[in-house]
Amino acid sequence: MNRYSIFSLLRNAVNYHQDWQRAWRSPDPKREYDVVIVGGGGHGLATAYYLAKECGVTNVAVIEKGWIGGGNTGRNTTIVRSNYLYDESAGIYEHALKLWEGLSQELNYNVMFSPRGLLHLAHSVHDMQEIGRRGSAIRLNGIDSEFLSPAQVKEMVPFINLDCRYPVMGALLQRRGGTARHDAVAWGYARAADDLGVDIIQNCEVTGFRIEDNVVTGVDTSRGMIGAKKVGCVVAGHCSVLASMAGFRLPVESVPLQALVSEPIKPVLDCVVMSGSVHAYISQSDKGELVIGAGSDLYNSYSQRGSFDVIEETVGPVVELYPIFSRMKMLRQWGGIVDVTVDRSPILGTTPVKNLFFNCGWGTGGFKATPGSGHVFAHSIARGEMHPVAEPFSINRFNTGALIDEGAAAAVAH
Amino acid sequence: MLLIECPWCGQRDQTEFHPHGEAHIARPEDPDALDEAAWGDYVFFRKNPKGLHYERWVHSHGCRRWFNVMRDTVTDHIHASYKPGDPKPELPITADGGDTTGTPKT
Ligand SMILES: Cc1cc2nc3c(=O)[nH]c(=O)nc-3n(C[C@H](O)[C@H](O)[C@H](O)COP(=O)(O)OP(=O)(O)OC[C@H]3O[C@@H](n4cnc5c(N)ncnc54)[C@H](O)[C@@H]3O)c2cc1C
Ligand SMILES: [Zn+2]
Repeated sequence: MNRYSIFSLLRNAVNYHQDWQRAWRSPDPKREYDVVIVGGGGHGLATAYYLAKECGVTNVAVIEKGWIGGGNTGRNTTIVRSNYLYDESAGIYEHALKLWEGLSQELNYNVMFSPRGLLHLAHSVHDMQEIGRRGSAIRLNGIDSEFLSPAQVKEMVPFINLDCRYPVMGALLQRRGGTARHDAVAWGYARAADDLGVDIIQNCEVTGFRIEDNVVTGVDTSRGMIGAKKVGCVVAGHCSVLASMAGFRLPVESVPLQALVSEPIKPVLDCVVMSGSVHAYISQSDKGELVIGAGSDLYNSYSQRGSFDVIEETVGPVVELYPIFSRMKMLRQWGGIVDVTVDRSPILGTTPVKNLFFNCGWGTGGFKATPGSGHVFAHSIARGEMHPVAEPFSINRFNTGALIDEGAAAAVAH
Repeated sequence: MLLIECPWCGQRDQTEFHPHGEAHIARPEDPDALDEAAWGDYVFFRKNPKGLHYERWVHSHGCRRWFNVMRDTVTDHIHASYKPGDPKPELPITADGGDTTGTPKT
């Protein structure tokens, strides 16, 4: 791999940028791999990277039915934070945030991680109690969290309308939170994994599993059968589809989640502002677009688009809270299919089929976890048993009742 | 946005309704007799199919009654809505191959 640096940039500038190496190969699938990862989103690619980098497992393929990062990884509003209520969540999201902090250097790829600070607005007494409880819990876990008064919110976001239909009574700030460039995360992991020998196979759909005596031995794909000693399934909204191919069900429902971006404008908003109770999440991209996250539809769907009324419910509060945006034009709107669990926490675990592992259920908020999830999932697959950080997120918790109820706790989607 | 047929009120805008997930899940006769695995399975595990889905809706801003809908989760096309207790419809619904929403089958 040619390393990216100021020198490689200069060298290539001299050649009119004609000689840049391809960022990753496009190999034909081999007959068998030690590990096959199904799903070339950020989580799958990160898993493959850490398998090769840290676990010594380099005979690995990532099999993606479309193009890498074309799922939720390339459709999300890129909010990164680790301020969750429960210890288990703090464990995995903070593990991820620490990896984010060094990720561009680690991958030699600019993932544009921007810890610009992230505000959660509180609009009611209930919201204030919620941020009070959660903010204190976060600090007990050694994670940064500050309470802001409405005046301090106004200092950070001067044009916010504090006294509106959704009065701002306070906010919770995580300064280390922020955003990252979603595509770059997929591409950076892909390039680094490829360099370590991982085969990234795009336009190849997994259509079934080969299972003998309840042990997985390979996957059937649109490009033929590919043998595998172990399989890790990281397909987000399609996890139930893959689970049904393997003969079991998951405690997951797939629903559309939407986002929209505006025309680009000069820098005006230099932090992320989230507002769980009115469903308005907003930040400004480096290109200048406002990036707005909407709520999810309530009914199961794989249609990759959402309802109009959801957009209206999101744009209403945005205009109310930020009147200066009221005349901006929205350029694009899209949906992704998110895999939602009842407790709004992910599933990482072994399955009823031996050597078949699932990593899913990240729902509306898994982008932030990409490095941490890939890291602990890789170690779990390599060892054949779950990494301690992943352990509490087993499928089994829905049977034992040991839920990690972030949905009820934070009422915040992303 | 969907146009949903309430079996009592007729076609109404989706915003009048609220979905409640997979239909035809029978509550176990004797919950006390179930072990953790079976109870968890009943409460939380779902088919979540990519394709035909039988699901419950309630007409919350209308007659407030519950009913079932058969919808394709890929196209969001609604093939049928029917009263609770009615048998699960199968495709095709009507003699001419169309469905209860009046959309002819293509
Ligand atoms: C609109 C929106 C906004 C969001 N905002 C945020 C946010 O601000 N912050 C945050 O943390 N999270 C957010 N999320 C959630 C986040 O995007 C996801 O949790 C995360 O990206 C999931 O990553 P993944 O790699 O698991 O899945 P994906 O990126 O979806 O990758 C799964 C891949 O599996 C492939 N696949 C599926 N079936 C098969 C098959 N049969 N064979 C081969 N490949 C297959 C798919 O094509 C896909 O590329 C948002 C999501 C959406 C949709
Ligand atoms: Zn009705």
